[in-house]
Amino acid sequence: MNKNYLELSQVGIEFPTDGEPFRALQNINLSIQKGEFISLIGHSGCGKSTVLNIIAGLYRASEGGVILEGREVNEPGPDRAVVFQNHALLPWLTVYENVELAVKSVFKKTKSKAEMRDWIAHNLSLVHMDHALHKRPGEISGGMKQRVGIARCLAMQPKVLLMDEPFGALDALTRAHLQDSLMEIQNRLGNTVVMITHDVDEAVLLSDRIVMMTNGPAASIGEILEIDLARPRDRLALAEDPAFNACRQQVLRFLYEKHRNPAAQAAEVPASETPPTEPQVAPASVPKAKPTSSAAA
Amino acid sequence: MNAPKIRSDISQRLQQLSLASLLKGLRRTVKNLVLPLTGIVIFLFIWQIAASSIVTSLGQFPGPSDVWQQSKTLVAEHRQERQKADAFYTRQEVRNAKKLAKNPQADVKVRPYTGKATYFDQIFTSLYTVMFGFLVATFIAIPLGILCGLSENAYRAINPIIQTFKPVSPLAWLPLVTMVVSALYVSDDPMFEKAFLTSGFTVALCCLWPTVVNTIVGVASINRDLIDVSRVLRLSSPVYIKTIVIPSATPLIFTGLRLSLATGWMVLIAAEMLAQNPGLGKFIWDEFQNGSSSSLGRIMVAVITIGIIGFILDQLMLALQKRVSWDKQAVLR
Repeated sequence: MNKNYLELSQVGIEFPTDGEPFRALQNINLSIQKGEFISLIGHSGCGKSTVLNIIAGLYRASEGGVILEGREVNEPGPDRAVVFQNHALLPWLTVYENVELAVKSVFKKTKSKAEMRDWIAHNLSLVHMDHALHKRPGEISGGMKQRVGIARCLAMQPKVLLMDEPFGALDALTRAHLQDSLMEIQNRLGNTVVMITHDVDEAVLLSDRIVMMTNGPAASIGEILEIDLARPRDRLALAEDPAFNACRQQVLRFLYEKHRNPAAQAAEVPASETPPTEPQVAPASVPKAKPTSSAAA
Repeated sequence: MNAPKIRSDISQRLQQLSLASLLKGLRRTVKNLVLPLTGIVIFLFIWQIAASSIVTSLGQFPGPSDVWQQSKTLVAEHRQERQKADAFYTRQEVRNAKKLAKNPQADVKVRPYTGKATYFDQIFTSLYTVMFGFLVATFIAIPLGILCGLSENAYRAINPIIQTFKPVSPLAWLPLVTMVVSALYVSDDPMFEKAFLTSGFTVALCCLWPTVVNTIVGVASINRDLIDVSRVLRLSSPVYIKTIVIPSATPLIFTGLRLSLATGWMVLIAAEMLAQNPGLGKFIWDEFQNGSSSSLGRIMVAVITIGIIGFILDQLMLALQKRVSWDKQAVLR
């Protein structure tokens, strides 16, 4: 396996403001393997979306850079498809036409019309949306819209699938369905996925590694947790699994104990150029907590 | 519980139900029909009273009944003129047929009837002229608006010009347009009357702006996510404009178009008065110059006609918007 399929090295970004420029991210280092499922988790406003947008090429890093398969990323492109939190489907196009727009712009030269038609239908059936091809986004539910958004991205055959809180706006049951669908698809196709989430259970259930971010400003990677659970994963079986709960516990501890207070975090990052101590903490160095009733419940 | 009691219960319920629905229906009728009619009746009443107390050098100010009389006269005049025209064409045909019967090689001329334009001809001319000006304006305004909406730099460059010309009155443009049309449109066999072109272009110059401004706002307020989607897909500019920019700006473009058409229709009347384009504006001007006792009544007929046509034009645009709009649930008014 290629160790450095997608690599972020020393990524930092500043946004211009009226006064001092605002430093959102600093010293982000992350290597992602092909076929890996990575979750980014952290408090609101810590810059998770900014990381994703830098990988997508929608933002340009102020320093450092992103390398995908040996090439630097400096503009958006269909090899890094983005699933947006609010689906971002074109409301005036049908489900089919929305996917068609993506397929046409990616495979215009390589696929015939009939092949494109089959490919669109295939991807929509992957997300179980083949029954509503000719409905507009306004006529289907939120979960269905998100399914179509995923199908649109899968149809682009991206090298990396970037998901910005894809299930954040959905109710719990729909979310569970979509998580299962996503796991099934990723199992079949072996996509490399970077997903932002707020949901600890979701992160543990889906990911190979969970990247926990410190609070902003000047956010960085706090810890990376390896989730060593066998696939395919079953949410019901895992609910009882001590290993699953241990992982969950560890993420919760990071989010609620270590970085509860943004001011404390800011104090750790001096104003000078010195990087914060060890941006990547090996998961082994963190003592594994036993599931206790208070936090795990 | 016994059966008769249930039955009486049900019948009572039914009575209440039908009474309730009757009341509801009644309330709806009052809302949709009675209230507007009441408004109109009160207006006519006030108009009649006010009119009877105003005496001008052309006689009494026309009240509703005078105006009704005059509108009937205008219809009658129109009928008369059409009859005359028909008679003229029949005479001409008969004469030509006779000529041809005598000598098959004869040179037969068909002359158009040159009677005076009736009120309805003038309405038609006005509609034709406003449509011409409106279409010219639309073809300039929408692309210009899209350009300024997409490009911050284009907006900065063009906005001062837009803001400067937007408040200019049609009457200020008219002399300039007249001179330019006479200078540039020189032809022995002109396809359009000069007065028509002058009025049309003046309308275009004045009804350009609402569409430009609204298109800019519509294009500049496209959902960020959709812009990101287009960047990820690397859509080419024409595809981006066609699939994302125009559909999302459509509601505001239509708002602009409706304002433009309303402005154009207002401007047209003034332009026609001065350019002597044979439409409703010229009708009003001629009646004013004519100064007979029926003039004011006839002008009032024109005023009401202008209002009703303006209303109909707006409703037509609304119907068009409903047809074009992708969002059939949206409430348009």
